[in-house]
Amino acid sequence: MKHALLTSGALMAALAWGGAAAAQTDLTMWYHGAGNEVESKIVHQIIDDFNASQSDWKVSLQSFPQAAYNDSVTAAALAGNLPDILDMDGPNMPNWAWAGYIQPLNIDQSKIANFLPGTKGIYDGKLYSIGLWDAAIALYTRQSTLDMLGLRTPTLDHPWSKDEFMAALKAAKDSGKFDYAFDPGMAWTGEWYPYAFSPFLQSFGGDIVDRSTYMTAEGALNGPDAIAFGEWWQSLFKDGYASANQDPADRDSGFINGKYAFSWNGNWAAVPAMEKVKDLVFLPAPDFGHGPKIGAASWQFGVSATSAHPDGAAAFIQFALQDKYLAAFSDGIGLIPATTTAAAMTKNYAPGGSLAVFFDYSAQEAMVRPVTPGYVVESKVFEKAVTDIANGADVTDTLDAAVDEINADIEKNNGYQKQ
Amino acid sequence: MPMPSGSKLTQSNAAGWAFALPGFALMVLFIIVPFVFAIVLSFTNQRLVSPNPTEFVGWSNYQQLLGVGMLTLEPEKDASGAIIRDADGQPTYPRVRTYTRNNPDYPGLKGMRELTSWQSGQNRTYILASDVVFLRAIINTFIFVLVVAPVQGGLALGLALLINQKLRGINIYRAIYFMPVVVSIVVVSLLWRFIYDGNSGLLNNMLGALSFGAFKPVNWLGNPHTALGAIIAMSIWQAVGFHMVIWLSGLQTISPTLYEAAAIEGSTKWQTFRYVTWPGLRNTAVLVLIVITMQAFALFAQIDVMTKGGPLDSTQTIVFQAVQRGYGKQDISGGSAISVILFLIVLTISLVQRYLTREKT
Repeated sequence: MKHALLTSGALMAALAWGGAAAAQTDLTMWYHGAGNEVESKIVHQIIDDFNASQSDWKVSLQSFPQAAYNDSVTAAALAGNLPDILDMDGPNMPNWAWAGYIQPLNIDQSKIANFLPGTKGIYDGKLYSIGLWDAAIALYTRQSTLDMLGLRTPTLDHPWSKDEFMAALKAAKDSGKFDYAFDPGMAWTGEWYPYAFSPFLQSFGGDIVDRSTYMTAEGALNGPDAIAFGEWWQSLFKDGYASANQDPADRDSGFINGKYAFSWNGNWAAVPAMEKVKDLVFLPAPDFGHGPKIGAASWQFGVSATSAHPDGAAAFIQFALQDKYLAAFSDGIGLIPATTTAAAMTKNYAPGGSLAVFFDYSAQEAMVRPVTPGYVVESKVFEKAVTDIANGADVTDTLDAAVDEINADIEKNNGYQKQ
Repeated sequence: MPMPSGSKLTQSNAAGWAFALPGFALMVLFIIVPFVFAIVLSFTNQRLVSPNPTEFVGWSNYQQLLGVGMLTLEPEKDASGAIIRDADGQPTYPRVRTYTRNNPDYPGLKGMRELTSWQSGQNRTYILASDVVFLRAIINTFIFVLVVAPVQGGLALGLALLINQKLRGINIYRAIYFMPVVVSIVVVSLLWRFIYDGNSGLLNNMLGALSFGAFKPVNWLGNPHTALGAIIAMSIWQAVGFHMVIWLSGLQTISPTLYEAAAIEGSTKWQTFRYVTWPGLRNTAVLVLIVITMQAFALFAQIDVMTKGGPLDSTQTIVFQAVQRGYGKQDISGGSAISVILFLIVLTISLVQRYLTREKT
């Protein structure tokens, strides 16, 4: 800690000197969206507006490509060079808070009272990060497919049960019109797996880790509910409803080209798909016994632990939480705005808009991934377990192995206790 | 009076040492220091990201990686003592997990999983391992090395003999064989992913066309039985050109007078190869064999791009596991322990190879 103190002292001295020379104190900010012009334009707009709106702070931006972002933050944290403001993927937040990269975020609670729950990064009872948007998943299909197969259209109040969902897949398979009935998105390896597939497990009644203590996965990931999930998951592939080895090109265009009857996909893919598929509908997640569930939490903003001016950094984040910016991000890159008032200002998420259902799914079905520093490891263990089960591995043994690996990791880290 | 050479090196060659210093310093910084670090960290619980202090944990990382156990189970019997048999008439056994999970009678087997098992009379014997994935990685790596080293070396020698002829346009062939070596392994791996594609890959289409549709498409990388073989074939193809060039340089050091003498003696082509060419390639052969072995043990990029160790751990390798744990799962100590184990394996094999190929006087 001594090293960090020295560095922050030096930083403070440097900033104080800089502050004396200019009227505004400089704040640095890192963002993960380099390479996306629209996104970059909106972020710059917010920064320019903020810098012009007051005379105390001046934010400057540095953008990184998403693939290199997390590594850059880790390297900067080890070297003691973190910026004042940074953004982070929601499920990583507890790990960064625990590791001492970020500090609790001091913003006016009333400003975020009406935000979607998935946008609030709360760990250890404190708010660390806040998102301007969320993302949601729905079951894509065509109205004509539902009509052809004679299926009931599920709603948020009456989602498909497991039996109805499997009957729908069976009907689609028996029709012989599709390569596969269901496209879970197996080609998107990585964080997609826990983000998209762990909600199925939670709907069965299991979880990646026991959330009451976060000290063990025993019973949560290998209990009867989890084994039922595993058997169901394996049956999707064994019975030919889905393919465990998907071509990346098929993931991008397979549903649009009619290869799949149903596709499990996010709101970010909705606009391009709607242009190609005129009668596209977005169905809620099936209910496997414990309610329909989807994953929550996207990229969020926070303040680094070494920031010399957390008040200035928080002031900027609070400034960015205005509905007009939320709406601009939504219109620009298709994300779900964090508030209903902002949603009303967008073209897609306004009541009656073509993507408005996603806002409802996000508000009512969404569940954040396990809020623990160990999630960064648990997500990888879960990804391997569902991959192996899809490829035909023994369900119980695979889940047992996953539990052992997660528990060993928790133990190795002294239970991820805060120091 | 002549000075001993050792002291001359250290005392009166200041300029030489000054010239050597930058290179020497870089080697210490980037090779020796990380090497020592890996050994030290493998005995700790060091994490990539953690506020907790690092502690020494002794051999526990190694125990976790290499722990094995054995368990012999009797078939399940019903109330009358008759063996319960499944639908195929095979005796059934209690699940291994009932012994390895929460069973105080078998503390030594805690958390272990089945690596392999076999039938011995009525009983079934299981080899259990505390880290099945890592042991699979070791086995796969050895299979890879045992296939790649002789096949790649032999093919490269064959190609070198073919292009070591004075023919018009032979340089075109040299360039073609060498081309895959120049292309980045990541690019090559991506291209071969398309070639091996299970639905419309080039390989499936070609085999289908050659067999007039009789060949059924195989998902080469998606099938546990073909994935490692597919990667072996592709790896041999990719680097064979490099070793061909080394063989070629060896071939060209053999004096033409030896061949002329052999021709005058009336030796056949095989005799020329066996008694003139091959003895002349001795040192080259040692070099090629050692280089291929080292490269094969370091198998990583192909796995990372093409299969990520799957399906069902059929393509896990030692280096891939080291990177996945150290970086992906933030377990620097576990990754370091794997690196040290790999170092010891490679060191042992190099020493054995050196002994077997030593100059016999």
